[in-house]
Amino acid sequence: MRKSLLALAAGLLLAGSVSAASAADKLKVGFIYLGPIGDLGWTYQHELARQALVKELGDKIETTFLENVPEGPDAERAIEQLVRAGNKLIFTTSFGYMDPTLKVAKKYPNVHFEHSTGYKRNPNMSTYSAKWYQGRYIQGLIAAKMSKSGVLGYIGSFPIPEVVSGINATILAAQTINSNIKVKIIWANTWFDPGKEADAAKALIDQGADVIMQHTDSPAAMQIASERGKLAFGQDSEMIKFGPKTQLTSILDTWGPYYIARVKAELDGTWKSEDTWGGLDSHMFAMAPYTNMPDDVKKIAEDAQAAITAGKLHPFKCPVVGQDGKPVECKGGANLDDGQILGMNFYVKGIDDKLPGR
Amino acid sequence: MELVEAIILAVLAASTPLLIAATGELVTERSGVLNLGVEGMMIVGAACGFAGAWLTGSIFIGALFGIVAGTMMSLVFALMALGLAVNQVATGLALTILGVGLSGLIGAGFVGERITPAVHLYVPGLTDIPLIGRVLFGEDAFIYFSLALVVGVWWFLYRTRPGLILRACGDNHVSAHALGYPVLRIRTLAVMFGGACAGLAGAYLPLAYTPFFIPGMTAGRGWIALALVVFSSWRPGRLVVGAYLFGAVTILQLHAQGWGVGIPSQFMSALPYLATVIVLVLLSRARTGGSTAPAALGTVFVPDR
Repeated sequence: MRKSLLALAAGLLLAGSVSAASAADKLKVGFIYLGPIGDLGWTYQHELARQALVKELGDKIETTFLENVPEGPDAERAIEQLVRAGNKLIFTTSFGYMDPTLKVAKKYPNVHFEHSTGYKRNPNMSTYSAKWYQGRYIQGLIAAKMSKSGVLGYIGSFPIPEVVSGINATILAAQTINSNIKVKIIWANTWFDPGKEADAAKALIDQGADVIMQHTDSPAAMQIASERGKLAFGQDSEMIKFGPKTQLTSILDTWGPYYIARVKAELDGTWKSEDTWGGLDSHMFAMAPYTNMPDDVKKIAEDAQAAITAGKLHPFKCPVVGQDGKPVECKGGANLDDGQILGMNFYVKGIDDKLPGR
Repeated sequence: MELVEAIILAVLAASTPLLIAATGELVTERSGVLNLGVEGMMIVGAACGFAGAWLTGSIFIGALFGIVAGTMMSLVFALMALGLAVNQVATGLALTILGVGLSGLIGAGFVGERITPAVHLYVPGLTDIPLIGRVLFGEDAFIYFSLALVVGVWWFLYRTRPGLILRACGDNHVSAHALGYPVLRIRTLAVMFGGACAGLAGAYLPLAYTPFFIPGMTAGRGWIALALVVFSSWRPGRLVVGAYLFGAVTILQLHAQGWGVGIPSQFMSALPYLATVIVLVLLSRARTGGSTAPAALGTVFVPDR
């Protein structure tokens, strides 16, 4: 009963938001968003990219987006809704849309799909993601330089490879500055709950951490760090408003260039299914200005950024030593290969915690 | 010692929105109405509360905005569920969906704005007492208000005649009606009280807890408040125990993770729910040996005229 009512309500909501009428000759491009466009984080950055796309190609395309689409079976209906509304290229912007997107993609072979952060592809379904661990490495360098207590605080969302590789990249970088650096890790087990993220930040600071980093979506941790006079890194988007004297930098998701390139390919008829995993060199993300740090730290960060962009520095350069003290098998020659990073499920040496579920 | 104090302060802040919202819902349910729209009323309270504080610069006015917004949301519910005798479960769920959408709309212009959060009280002499000073006299006013609210509700329900009548409506609306009490009017007032509390609880989030507004920032707290009411067997005293227990375990599990206790974080995250359910169920078993739900809870009442 409850379920069918919810489904009915959701159906009505969806029907309401896809009513935009269209000029027939323009390419229709659809977007599925996880959160509200005003979340100031993940979805907001996708929305900024969509706006950049409209600015660039607005005379040739027409875009539609559905926000607040829950991951799981509901997403399938939302994606199909976009197909029926005539969208020929559809971006589904969260990991949990992977199976629903694939299902719809198989049903409509003439429509092209772009799925963010997943690994399942189809002749009409591409995947795209960013090498955020590169940004985390730079943050690790800054954090080790700026921390007076030698204790970093890390708020994780879920112990998935993307987050784990971020933690490892951070600590590997920090160890190059201070070999005794400690990191305290708290898993919020949610991507978004401002109250809980704030509580986690409070707990980390109360336990002696003086630089807070997060892999959750709201600016709550930044705000707490600011209130307590500590330092912090933003996440996904620019959060300096919430900590003008607190934010050191932030990893900014910049999907714009990718979206523009893919839509251009679609317009030219050259679109094909691809797997894009871009880093700093391909502008899949950017670093917010380095603020609230002395010039020498800023220089270290900028040098590292330049080296990573040029391909001279790899955060997971071998040997990478696991918690058991043994070096991890080096499949990529001089560094871990992409598969090892994408599936990372171990902590490196120097992290005193246990990875949940291991 | 400092750490203990810090933990207690964090627990107080985390528990307060749950306690306020649950207290309101307790009164609503005691009158026999099940309003599942707490989450929706809270989030609208959060958006309006932030808007009020941002526009006027006053936390107090922001809180009033939240209360009024929550009350208006509850009036929508009262109109449907009491006035038109629509199914309460369905109406409550619809109210949550409405609230989530409406709050996004109201709050859209305020996303990314900052306000100065509610000031922490300072009573010369008392606040400076080591350990207990900050806790008892040095936090924001919402926290102390929430405790006064629970005491007030307890006194009203068990020590006053109107409270007795309200409970009578919740246990047997036919009898209450036969005795000449305006059941629907009483229930409407109870629903409004629930809405006001939910609105205030929602407003607490952007006004004191995390001083900014983001859509969806209640993150399910309304549902937890609803569950607390059930597990407290509709008793204000146990509600306080439940809310603080939930808050305490939430904060302690975060600290335990920071200390690296080595228990999987997924289990730790489930712990607040587990602990609260177990303790409250044990409490209710020990005292009354069973459910004490208002007998007419959730049933539709259409007076015969």
